[in-house]
Amino acid sequence: MSDTHAQTVAYVRDTMLPEQAPPSTAAGPIKWMRDNLFSSVLNTVLTLLSVYFLWLVLSLVLPWVWYGSWTATSLKECREVVADLGLAHGAACWSVIGERYLQLIYGFYPAELYWRANLAFVLMIVALAPVLYPNLPRKILWFSALYPFIAFWLLWGGTLWTPVVAVAGFVLGYFAFEALYRLAGSLVGVIAAILVPVIWWLLLAGPVANGLASVLPLTIETVESAKFGGFMLSIIIGVTGIALSLPLGILLALGRQSDLMIVKAICVGFIEFIRGVPLITLLFVASTLLNYFLPPGTTFDIILRVIIMVTLFASAYMAEVVRGGLAALPTGQYEAADALGLDYWKATRLITMPQALKISIPGIVSTFIGLFKDTTLVSIIGLLDPIGLTNTIRADSNWNGIVWELYGFIALMFFIFCFGMSRYSMYLERKLKTGH
Amino acid sequence: MKKTTFFGAVAAATMTAGFAAAGTLDDVKAKGFLQCGVSTGLAGFSAADANGNWDGFDVAVCRAVAAAVLGDPQAVKFTPTTGKTRFTALASGEIDILARNTTWTFSRDVDLKFTFVGVNYYDGQGFIVPKELGVSSAKDLDGATVCIQTGTTTELNLADFFRTNNISYEPVPIETNAEALQQYLAGACDTYTTDASGLAASRATFENPEAHTILPEIISKEPLGPLVRHGDDQWADIVRWSLNALIAAEELGVTSANVKESAMQAGNNPEINRLLGTEGNLGEQLGLSADFAKNAIAAGGNYGEIFAKNIGESTPIGLARGLNAQWTDGGLIYSPPFR
Repeated sequence: MSDTHAQTVAYVRDTMLPEQAPPSTAAGPIKWMRDNLFSSVLNTVLTLLSVYFLWLVLSLVLPWVWYGSWTATSLKECREVVADLGLAHGAACWSVIGERYLQLIYGFYPAELYWRANLAFVLMIVALAPVLYPNLPRKILWFSALYPFIAFWLLWGGTLWTPVVAVAGFVLGYFAFEALYRLAGSLVGVIAAILVPVIWWLLLAGPVANGLASVLPLTIETVESAKFGGFMLSIIIGVTGIALSLPLGILLALGRQSDLMIVKAICVGFIEFIRGVPLITLLFVASTLLNYFLPPGTTFDIILRVIIMVTLFASAYMAEVVRGGLAALPTGQYEAADALGLDYWKATRLITMPQALKISIPGIVSTFIGLFKDTTLVSIIGLLDPIGLTNTIRADSNWNGIVWELYGFIALMFFIFCFGMSRYSMYLERKLKTGH
Repeated sequence: MKKTTFFGAVAAATMTAGFAAAGTLDDVKAKGFLQCGVSTGLAGFSAADANGNWDGFDVAVCRAVAAAVLGDPQAVKFTPTTGKTRFTALASGEIDILARNTTWTFSRDVDLKFTFVGVNYYDGQGFIVPKELGVSSAKDLDGATVCIQTGTTTELNLADFFRTNNISYEPVPIETNAEALQQYLAGACDTYTTDASGLAASRATFENPEAHTILPEIISKEPLGPLVRHGDDQWADIVRWSLNALIAAEELGVTSANVKESAMQAGNNPEINRLLGTEGNLGEQLGLSADFAKNAIAAGGNYGEIFAKNIGESTPIGLARGLNAQWTDGGLIYSPPFR
């Protein structure tokens, strides 16, 4: 043994060699490329083909985007500017976006009131934050609950008392529930909690709001719905639809699984009817048919009508997504909840629904993204969402004939929103992952 | 009990609304503005600028009516309507008047129960083809693929034209004008057909207008004009005579420049005097002020001025007067006398 020792054999190294960097072919980008792009003959061919294809597309698109004119004041002038550049495939006329981007964002909302729309947007982010990120203080949720009313007041203006009496309806409903729940049990409590606010809103809210407003106006300038447009309109419809369709969808999904026959029949009928009808049909009902049914001269706001239809549409799909989540839960979960002695609402709230929702996240977010993109359909009923505005902008004789720049800009904006939602859902899935 | 109250309230609302709807003029005066249905966007006819102000040939009719009724051409709210929503918007009372390059046809007038108050633009359906196709007449279009907007009268005219000439075609139905133009320019169809005014306006926006030609055949009559609901003749009269005032003003040489001066006191021409309210009581008969026509003309000028400013030959749309010249110049634009 001892004659193999370093001290006895001079040519044996007694210290470790320092680690050396791997050869350049087995590390860094080259290794990555060898592993991923050129691992076999087939892969190499496919890689080269893809690169060629990308080059083909980008060599056409990038110069078109990059050399676009930002200064021309009309399509004609822009074409002259672009022709001077001598590009084979022309270049974009971005100046139409520069001239009209405010209109594409705010529609015809009065320019001196943009701050109200901006404030509503910032507050929306504040209100959404505690819903999206559970680490934030829970107290902000109170603000989230009040936010729809604040946003309504900021966007449409008018007297502050309108949203206040609307909130008062919920407060009254809560007190009615509390009072009757103790006295007469939960069913009576629930019925009272629904009836009292409805009566309040239908019969009393209007006069009370008017009375209060005549004492202390608290008004800001009113903006009528016809002035709403652009991405502001898309976001209003999309976000309201998203926020309302999830709870409605959950209720419908529970109703569809319920043992109560009438509740079940109503839910199944609603879901199947709405899913069997295209959204555009519902929008036509909202924009034209309702006008025939309602007494002439009634002003039932068109944006409100559209929001209701979009919400109903999305909630039917949402119900089926959530039902899928509920169906995917093992029966053991339901039985375990029963075995713990939880009643139906507690079992749903604490055991089954959280798991079902977690399973359904990809489906829910897909429905949200679909809903947000579907808001562009309102252009068909004459509302000026971004797609509707492209037509209006083209009617300006300076920009008559411009197409790709407008659609490109709108596509980019929609991509930002939808991609954001999609990334958030992936983050949420990772965070809630429990199956290690 | 609750139910009865609720239905009672609804019935009461219906009745009051029913009474209110009886007189559009009173409604408009009470509201303080005119609700006017226009196109969501058609170059030269109705377009909103970057600040949201509407302008155009159809919009000018709305402004003239608003000026005649309320004395203020700005007292108009515009409802953008699409080809599909325009008639329901008018029928349901959402708008007071529809000025949206709408063709006056029998069924729209009779079956849909609207009153067309006149014609502000005589249009006709034409074809545009690339010059390289080598076609000089629409009758040479046998077997051609034709881009066409759906839901308009142009679709039926096209079928009629090809059937009467016993030639075949292949339609490519398309939803909007902008889309149709893209398809045409991309070569998806040999020819695109729509109102000739629209073709001329679109051709002017092409990168290379000289490469395209509009065929000489006009295959249909498209009298475009403002319309109102059946059943309120006073309102129809007001809109009709506001439009006629613009037309008569051009014939009589009353312009936005001289209308104020001419309306100061009665002049030598009795027809001008009656028109501008310095003589007779025409305004009163309509239920309007005596100077209703003066206000309508002052709003945007007479018919000729409105035409020249929005779609005339000096604009990018570049339409010649043609059929839309005054009858004294060989056109069809003709106002019944103001007497």
